[in-house]
Amino acid sequence: MTITFRNETFRDDFTFRNSLYNIRRFPFPFDRDEYMYSVNMEPHVRGKKDSVFENLIDVDEHYVAEMLDRALVLKEDPLRCQALPHMMAAQWDTLELLMEHQAQDYSEHFTLTKNGDRWRWINRPMGIDDTFTFGDPSTLPYPPMEYITRQAQGDFCIVDQRDNNLWMDAGMVTTQADWSLDFDIGMNFMEWHGPVPLAHQIGVFDRALKFLLNLQQGKPTRRLNWTMTVNPRLDTSPENYHKWGPDRATVTPENVGEKMHLRVELQSLWRLPRSNAILFVIRCYLISFNELVTVPKWGRRLPRVLKSLPPEIVDYKGLTRNRPIMLDWLEKYDDGSPTSPGIFPD
Amino acid sequence: MSLNTDMPVRVAAVTPVTDLVKRFRFERMDGHPMPFFSGGAHVVVSMNDNGILRRNPYSLMSNPDDSSGFEISVLRVPNSRGGSIFMHEQVRPGDQLTVSQPVNLFAPDHRGRKHILFAGGIGITPFIAMMEQFSRDNIAFELHYAIRSRSHGAYWQQLLERYGPRRIKIYVDEENTFIPVAEIADNQPLGTHLYVCGPAGMIDGVLLTALRAGWPKENLHSERFLAPPAGLPFQVFLETSNIHMTVGEHQSILEAAEAHGCDAPYMCRGGACGQCETEVLSCDGTLQHNDIYLSDEERASGKKIMICVSRFKGQKLVLQL
Repeated sequence: MTITFRNETFRDDFTFRNSLYNIRRFPFPFDRDEYMYSVNMEPHVRGKKDSVFENLIDVDEHYVAEMLDRALVLKEDPLRCQALPHMMAAQWDTLELLMEHQAQDYSEHFTLTKNGDRWRWINRPMGIDDTFTFGDPSTLPYPPMEYITRQAQGDFCIVDQRDNNLWMDAGMVTTQADWSLDFDIGMNFMEWHGPVPLAHQIGVFDRALKFLLNLQQGKPTRRLNWTMTVNPRLDTSPENYHKWGPDRATVTPENVGEKMHLRVELQSLWRLPRSNAILFVIRCYLISFNELVTVPKWGRRLPRVLKSLPPEIVDYKGLTRNRPIMLDWLEKYDDGSPTSPGIFPD
Repeated sequence: MSLNTDMPVRVAAVTPVTDLVKRFRFERMDGHPMPFFSGGAHVVVSMNDNGILRRNPYSLMSNPDDSSGFEISVLRVPNSRGGSIFMHEQVRPGDQLTVSQPVNLFAPDHRGRKHILFAGGIGITPFIAMMEQFSRDNIAFELHYAIRSRSHGAYWQQLLERYGPRRIKIYVDEENTFIPVAEIADNQPLGTHLYVCGPAGMIDGVLLTALRAGWPKENLHSERFLAPPAGLPFQVFLETSNIHMTVGEHQSILEAAEAHGCDAPYMCRGGACGQCETEVLSCDGTLQHNDIYLSDEERASGKKIMICVSRFKGQKLVLQL
């Protein structure tokens, strides 16, 4: 399938929009009318055609614009991409995984040719054609993880496994929901999840860690996470809070449909073969409320979920200020009819 | 329920290494490359022994970067439960077996500046793949390998030739040479990691010596080959599957469940990984924990059992499975 890549921005004039096709493939994260934390993991296997689950590494119409935005973030703040020295094997694992998936599932846009250790990588949308030696970082213009994650949508963390724990030892993080790689680098699983409310008390992270320590090669797993973002801004980092934090005060009943975006992360986790590390892909999808309510099921369900949120979660996700405005606006789209189970549009 | 990623393989070669050790090479039936793996990883080999399903874990000893095939070495264990005897007596080149994806519960710490490996007997196998990796990445290592006799020891000559006597030290019981563990553990640079694989007594001895010499436990790594111990037969009821079953003398609960068609989760089948942790719903008797996974508190609670190696003595055991 040939994708038509959009020319759009995620900052300043915010020209980001979803096409009609892309709206219907949005990974709406709520499979029922109320919300609670759980270890909501499922096998990361191919799903419905024309959904974000169709391919395991999803490339969509925002690819080129997202890569441009990433380059801008890195130019201002190179520490968004870091790797501790012992992660080199895992960097190559990551490069191999992303190149293979993109080339296999989007062959019109990407081509990978291997001749022993001599690899040729063609990325047509970005005009890249490089030949390099797998395993030799000096043959690439950037270290392997940075090279490939400048060409792949989503944030990427590579976690090392040792001492029965997972360690955030490398990553490319420019589209994050208010967390910082520079702050978390070197932390273990319990440390970097420290700020999350409620979930610790019900043992979610103990169970999730046990599960991930046993993550097997060839059996990636996924979950969806979500928050809300004012304006379609990818880089909502703590480093740039001064730029996006004040946006929250700009939401009015008149502009909420256009300004407020549901932000969904499709998180997938992969055991890497050569390093035994785990690749954690955090792929961010944005959809404005205006776009979202064009799917009647989602328009009915979202206000119901928002109403059922515990106060700690409203606070943690930064929704306290604008929840009343969102609810007032969204409830116009809830006619009280029952909704079908699952996340997909009817 | 669980996604099946096991690979049907053809036995490409069977090579006698010593009187008691054979090496097996597996290649995929579907012509696809084998997955890459990391040194220290094992696979579970499934065998059909005249209608009895046997699944044994074996360390991968081939080059982790070689995706043309996997190699394992199998020690023939005289009083074995059947797996090693089957591999030695029945398996021929051209036969079909099933091999799991690689799982690594004995991975090198990539931060290590130097790696010291202690092997006893067949415990050499995971280190063969690890040393390939260290040598590829130009990382300092040394191997201390104890064998019973020069004729019974596997691969010691090849390793000496490949890596040289400065990195490979061989100790032979018959010649009264033993690994000077205390001396080696006593004086190592910061950032050194120590690994041991072999008989239980050797593992305990090496770890204790290193701890006494002041090593942090994070720098000590071991892999035990725990075969499910035999014991008296007992009755188990699997509540979710609604199966009443008898676990035989030489069978584990996991094996009995599989024989009854219950698709229970597992990974290492050696009491180490935690994947087969199962909830005990009621227990009229005593749980015999043989794993190295559950904590003392978890054992004391009587609510959990690792069904790949642990047993039960008493009237009735009900499991959530």
